[in-house]
Amino acid sequence: MLRYILKRFLMMIPVLLAVSFVVYFLMDLAPGDIVSSMAPADASEADIERMREELGLSGNIFERYTRYIGNLLRGDLGMSLSMKRPVINVFFERFPATLKLAFGSIFIALVISIPLGISAATNHRSWIDGTSMVLSMLGLSMPSFWLGLLLILGFSLKLGWLPSGGSGFFSAIILPAITLGAAQAGNLTRITRSSMLEVTRQDYLRTARAKGVAENVVIRKHALKNALIPIITVFGSTLGNALGGAVAIETVFSWPGVGRLTVAAINVRDMNLATGCIIMFTIFLTLTLLIVDIAYAFADPRIKAQYSR
Amino acid sequence: MKEKDLILDLQDLYVRFEVEDGVVHAVNGLSLQIERGKTLGLVGETGAGKTTTALSLLRLVSEPPGVVECERLIVDGKDVMALSQKELESFRGNDIAMIFQDPMTALNPVFTVGDQIAETIAIHENISQTEAQKKAIDMLELVGIQGERADEYPHQFSGGMKQRVIIAIALACQPRLLIADEPTTALDVTIQAQVLNLMRELRDHYKTSMIMITHDLGIVAQICDEVAVVYAGNIVEYGTLQDIFNRTKHPYTEGLFNSLPNIRDRKAELNPIKGLMPDPTNLPQGCPFHPRCPYADEKCKEEQSVKWVSDTHYIRCIAYEREGFHIKLEEKR
Ligand SMILES: Nc1ncnc2c1ncn2[C@@H]1O[C@H](COP(=O)(O)OP(=O)(O)O)[C@@H](O)[C@H]1O
Ligand SMILES: [Mg+2]
Repeated sequence: MLRYILKRFLMMIPVLLAVSFVVYFLMDLAPGDIVSSMAPADASEADIERMREELGLSGNIFERYTRYIGNLLRGDLGMSLSMKRPVINVFFERFPATLKLAFGSIFIALVISIPLGISAATNHRSWIDGTSMVLSMLGLSMPSFWLGLLLILGFSLKLGWLPSGGSGFFSAIILPAITLGAAQAGNLTRITRSSMLEVTRQDYLRTARAKGVAENVVIRKHALKNALIPIITVFGSTLGNALGGAVAIETVFSWPGVGRLTVAAINVRDMNLATGCIIMFTIFLTLTLLIVDIAYAFADPRIKAQYSR
Repeated sequence: MKEKDLILDLQDLYVRFEVEDGVVHAVNGLSLQIERGKTLGLVGETGAGKTTTALSLLRLVSEPPGVVECERLIVDGKDVMALSQKELESFRGNDIAMIFQDPMTALNPVFTVGDQIAETIAIHENISQTEAQKKAIDMLELVGIQGERADEYPHQFSGGMKQRVIIAIALACQPRLLIADEPTTALDVTIQAQVLNLMRELRDHYKTSMIMITHDLGIVAQICDEVAVVYAGNIVEYGTLQDIFNRTKHPYTEGLFNSLPNIRDRKAELNPIKGLMPDPTNLPQGCPFHPRCPYADEKCKEEQSVKWVSDTHYIRCIAYEREGFHIKLEEKR
């Protein structure tokens, strides 16, 4: 098992290099040049070139990228030119807020989708099944920024129950987490239902019932543990979506996370900060997916056995 | 006649499945009595309703689409149709247990075999988890698997070993009645004999009454005291092992024997029963076997009734009403 984890870890490296190069390259293509906008109006070409050198922005893209990765490995992402502080510090200041929002939304998604998916499957073709399918379609098909605006309109502006933005109090996370969780809940409900339906047809449930296992234990223990295997796979992409979606929704709810930070950085052409945020974010995303993969192996002894050999 | 000590008393069982394409009449008025300690063979082609009958005894037919009706179902003195859900849970696995046909799919892939055996014990016996685990290991050893393998998962076992585990689960709480639904059909021939021997030993050890479901007359000859031949959801011939094998009376049973390969006479041709099992959504009038029966006449298309040929032996056939009728198999012997 340890070897498997190590192998997956090593496999992450080329993925990260490729992704970070693409990000770096794209950011480089973006129009606007912070050095010329920072330099005093009367600076000569030579002055600007010297500034570039000082900021580590000289040379062709490959040279700069190699230097960048070298520094990254030492935990140095350069300075944020707009904030005059190290990018890595700014990033880690904001990252917890994004994590909080992502996990909040996943928590909401799980609490809704697992019970809903199970009762849809165990009451196959009943009204419960129908309602849950309609709900999950709704959750999946509503664009999240639009749902976010609707929720703000209803719950903060009209009813005044919940704050529309900020992060000062616990209640502030509710609306953005619901907004973000809706699509994940839709997705997870559908997969829970279908994998439970698949599992409820299996012979081993009949064996369990024949042993005298109570019906709710048959479902909760014998069926669910098997149904979890496909659910965990989907959960990986759900986590990815939640993290990515958090970035998108942060602006709507003025949530002080990495997403809003990145958008702000791009607006002032602080490319160092934007690139650093995106690359760090990618690293965490890849790590998350790795953890999900390992969890998957733990849920299914057949896969675990395959790797422990 | 003295009162018999019955482990099973089943009267007029009807099971139908109401599915989209119609109503499947799986079991049609089947009655069965088994004396304590005896082993009954339930023989018939695929689709005859054997599994459905067995599941009905545990009240495990899925309803819907199934509809189960019966006059009387008494297992070891318990009126099974009257049991509550809670009572059914303590009845299953404790008074009655079932070994299923396909060992490859009958075990839960995500639990260790030890846990799966211990679960039954923990449900029915008032003992701690560690004690249940210890008993599970004893059970494994009883069926010929090393106790250390209790921590392994089903995928680490071969088909024959899985079936041994399933036998261990079924016998863990020493049920009074054990149903084995084609326990060896899915196994290799060499493994079949081992598993069958094991079952016979354990049956004798625990003095369990048993229903052996099979379509293999060889297995019946080895293990059964009584035999019920099932066709289209009802018993067409019932008797002791000797009655069925040596005094065959029903044309369908005759067909089953004729379709066996004859090991001594290799040149003899196989003689399968002509035609197919009737469509259970649309059973023929009268005797359901008449379309395939070489002896059938007009009357067989209309009626069917039980004829006792001795104290222990009956057939569901009216051809015997006809003057001088007897089946060809008798002549050959
Ligand atoms: N859950 C079910 N739904 C619909 N039809 C069923 C179901 N279970 C069994 N049947 C039908 O009932 C008949 C008897 O099946 P079964 O009891 O499995 O026969 P056997 O075990 O003798 O092969 C078959 O025609 C089968 O298709
Ligand atoms: Mg069957």
